[in-house]
Amino acid sequence: MEAEVRPMPKFDYVAPSSLTDALKLLHDHQERARVLAGGTDLLVRLKKRLASAEMIVDLNGISELSYIEPVGDRLHIGALTRLARIKESPIVTQRASALAQAISVMASPPIRNRGTIGGNVCNSSPAADTAPSLLVLDASVKLQRLDGERIVPVSQFFVGPEENVARADEILTEVIIPLQEGNTAVVKLGRRKAFTLSVVSAAAYAEAHDGKFGEIRLALGAVAPTPIRCLKVEEALRGQDVTEKVIEKAAELVRGEIKPITDVRASAEYRREMSYILTKRVLEKVALGGNNANKIHIE
Amino acid sequence: MRIRFTLNDGIVEEEVHPHETLLDFLRNRVRVTSVKKGCDEGACGTCTVLFHGKPVRSCLLLAVQANGAEITTVEGLAKRGELNVIQEAFLEKYGFQCGFCTPGMILTTKALLDENPDPTVEDIKDAFEGNLCRCTGYEQIIESVLRAAEMRRG
Repeated sequence: MEAEVRPMPKFDYVAPSSLTDALKLLHDHQERARVLAGGTDLLVRLKKRLASAEMIVDLNGISELSYIEPVGDRLHIGALTRLARIKESPIVTQRASALAQAISVMASPPIRNRGTIGGNVCNSSPAADTAPSLLVLDASVKLQRLDGERIVPVSQFFVGPEENVARADEILTEVIIPLQEGNTAVVKLGRRKAFTLSVVSAAAYAEAHDGKFGEIRLALGAVAPTPIRCLKVEEALRGQDVTEKVIEKAAELVRGEIKPITDVRASAEYRREMSYILTKRVLEKVALGGNNANKIHIE
Repeated sequence: MRIRFTLNDGIVEEEVHPHETLLDFLRNRVRVTSVKKGCDEGACGTCTVLFHGKPVRSCLLLAVQANGAEITTVEGLAKRGELNVIQEAFLEKYGFQCGFCTPGMILTTKALLDENPDPTVEDIKDAFEGNLCRCTGYEQIIESVLRAAEMRRG
């Protein structure tokens, strides 16, 4: 986002107090309406003229969209739940730890106090900080419209930079995460230590039994048009011994799964090299028991 | 659109435009000029206000979203002409030079100490990730926060 900040453009504003009212507004106004959640991304994009809106539908008055609730073997997180609250939630830190880890290295505390999980997913940045963790947790999202709803796995939600499968009359209302017992780890590489966009980010989930990898999932951000799962690396690890050598060899395969670009933050070549390094590190961390996040920066 | 909210010890009731940011509203309409306009895109922290006690960016809130809220700015900290201990600590430890970032730094300190009365240097660094200072190199700010914590604990 290198465009210049200008005064906020004019728009109409509505703040429905129920989800049904919000869905009706989207149904009636379709592409003319833009949903506002935390505003930490959309309002900046509006000021920079990278987004436009004739009508803002502000969801912040809809308290029914803010919750963290375990139901059976799944955790349901309302789309309007603030990132700061998710990071501090005991059930998230214990049973969906990758998400809390990802949030802990994301943006800055004031942004996390306002930004929401639904907003971060819906912006669909290739570098979206929560995306790799949601991918390795095998999360899904619920998309609601006036006359129905559908559940979409996060792995099928993103279709390109800032693009996803949600239609103009749909609202992402919930993130659903299976509660799991394995270890998770997150590593984020940025240009500086704090408050920075990812150059490359990686998340991993792993279960190990008798020294062998069982279920294993790896995802990367900022190295392809969308955040991606790295299925070839996962395949090369499943059932194999948990050793440095196995990890190193499997991590090599990540080069074939990514499509990095050159931008102001890094070159494609650098991102490719760092994808390998971060893959190796995140796998080593997760194999050793992990369950924390590492922020590293370019020296 | 008409909004009404609590600002420090008073009530603000005004007509606002839907596209007016809370930052512009506070500075230009309410004349609360301690809230600074730095980057206007959420990066620098000079427009920090406490929104229900938590630090947020007033440049990334619409004025209409303040309706019903409780907002604190630095003007709400000094009472009866007496500086708040956080302000005293920043004075004592030279936690500022040009002063542009200082209101945001002081409010961020208040939110941190309200939640964590005895922060470590690491806690302070984490809490101030979103507040830029171009004068001090941050060392004196960290010392000011530690001193404020000490003074508040008595």
